[in-house]
Amino acid sequence: MTPRLQVQALSVGHRGRPPLIEGLSLRAEAGEFIALIGRNGIGKTTLLRTLAGLLPAAGGSAALDGADLHRMAPAERARQVAVVVTDRLAVPGMRVRDLVATGRHPHTGWWGQRTADDERRIDEALVMADAMPLSDRLVNTLSDGERQRTALARALAQGPKMLLLDEITAFLDLPSRVSVMSRLRRHARASGCLVVLSSHDLELCLQLADRLWLLAGDRQLADGTADELINRGHIGRAFDQDDVQFSAQRRQFVLATASFDANLAGDRHDVIRTESVST
Amino acid sequence: MRPASAASLPPRMLLLAVGVALAALTLWSLAHGQVSLTVTQVLQAIAGRADDTVARIVTEIRLPRVAAALLGGAALGVAGLVMQALFRNPLADAWSLGLTAGGQMGAALVVVAGGWIGPAAAAAIGVFAGLGLVTGAALGTLAVALAMMAMARRVGTVTLLVAGLMLGFLAQGLISVLLHFTHRTQGRIYAGWNDGTFANMSGSELPWLALPVAFGLVGAVLIAKRLTALMLGETYAASLGTPLVALRRMALAVVILLVAPVVAYCGPVAFIGLIVPHLARAAVRTGDVPRVLPACALIGALLALLGDFIVHLPWDQHWLHLNAILALVGAPMVIGLLLFSAQMRGVSE
Repeated sequence: MTPRLQVQALSVGHRGRPPLIEGLSLRAEAGEFIALIGRNGIGKTTLLRTLAGLLPAAGGSAALDGADLHRMAPAERARQVAVVVTDRLAVPGMRVRDLVATGRHPHTGWWGQRTADDERRIDEALVMADAMPLSDRLVNTLSDGERQRTALARALAQGPKMLLLDEITAFLDLPSRVSVMSRLRRHARASGCLVVLSSHDLELCLQLADRLWLLAGDRQLADGTADELINRGHIGRAFDQDDVQFSAQRRQFVLATASFDANLAGDRHDVIRTESVST
Repeated sequence: MRPASAASLPPRMLLLAVGVALAALTLWSLAHGQVSLTVTQVLQAIAGRADDTVARIVTEIRLPRVAAALLGGAALGVAGLVMQALFRNPLADAWSLGLTAGGQMGAALVVVAGGWIGPAAAAAIGVFAGLGLVTGAALGTLAVALAMMAMARRVGTVTLLVAGLMLGFLAQGLISVLLHFTHRTQGRIYAGWNDGTFANMSGSELPWLALPVAFGLVGAVLIAKRLTALMLGETYAASLGTPLVALRRMALAVVILLVAPVVAYCGPVAFIGLIVPHLARAAVRTGDVPRVLPACALIGALLALLGDFIVHLPWDQHWLHLNAILALVGAPMVIGLLLFSAQMRGVSE
């Protein structure tokens, strides 16, 4: 059976610079909720933009339901792939509902006339992103978190087969982050949409994602469930450093504050106190 | 759930009111001036059944002027909307970004060139004909538009605005220097045109204004939906399947078609393109370009005609200037937008 997303020997990067990731091969099925994790500057955004067809592949291919994403007509790709990027939405005079409605552009005619079905999908997207109460607000008056929910609703309204989300929970508080990620997982299950979400919220990703794609410093990607990546030591190798380490047993990061405390206490070098950094 | 459909009724009523006001003001402008006519006389003149004097006043003097105001106002209003989407800048318009000044410069070059090659030769090659002026204005507008588009990628909203105003001053300076070295007659021709007015339009020139504006309006309608996507930023627009390069070229062509003939025949008409999109967005309560565009055309036409109407009231002492009237409305609005408008929040840097 053809997978929803099949990536073969894909290299990603910006033109004129060495590739950030090389020879990437992976597959993902319809209805999966995948978290893309890795440290800053490792290439998560570039990979997402390449999968979205917004950047050309430096090599290899990526296919959605068997169709090459980079050879697909942009209008056709827009009907199948939606993205939320980290660019700040600032649109004078635009209300939230109108902005979310732009998600229907690939499905409407040249004038953008919306049908009852388009309106229903916009409503559903607003509800799913918890943005319905913002519906009549001007976009430029929204907080950063509200903007992220609006951007997510816009992408959901596009009704894609693959949803690529770049750090969409960055400005949300913990309950909102849990809520948005849980809703996205349910949406993936219910609609068959493949959701790939990049995030620095590692502990939440470990708990909620079906699988994780971990970009490490060697330009390679580790693919597996949370248990698989933890047990193979991938998480620790990717993120551990002197003052923060991943505890496989507790499935969370802990601060190693020995030197810090020792400095404060004077000579208590033997005391190592760990504390959770989970929020 | 989504806002009740009743919420969309007031904007429609508002636009209907603008349409009715526009029709009433059009008739009033055709009927009143130094000589007052009745509406019946105006309608008879348009139908070709009035006496010669009335027919001349209506069809040769007032109708071209009113048509220029309607077309010019609609063109500048829609051009402002297109530019604000193209530049993703709520203060962009042909006047504030120097396109008008570029157009003036282009038209001035045509006038000066006419002086250099001599009136007879100029008339022979038709350089003073409508096409020459419009082409000169179009090339000047295009040159500035390209410069501003290149600059817009590197600087913020307000910086771009200041750069546009400076470019305007530069063009005015160059025009003055240019006219200094030309024949006095050419200087007078240019000076008479350099102040924004719809009153210089003649019936024979009207097609040179109307045709490009009509094409520009059709073009704006065709790209309206994609301009909404462009307002979200290039990444989102591309992800919606928008062909960015083609859209930018098309939008630029639309702006030139709308602005250049207005500059060529009506001079630098200020503020309309800047403030009309904001009034239109407030009227229809959305930033969605396809829904704002008709409102821009209607409100732009109304504002231009209102300005022209005030200018041509039978004042005792002397003429008022169109741009002075428009500045009285436009300048406080722009200051208000900059200082207080929620629309500007987050985009004024």
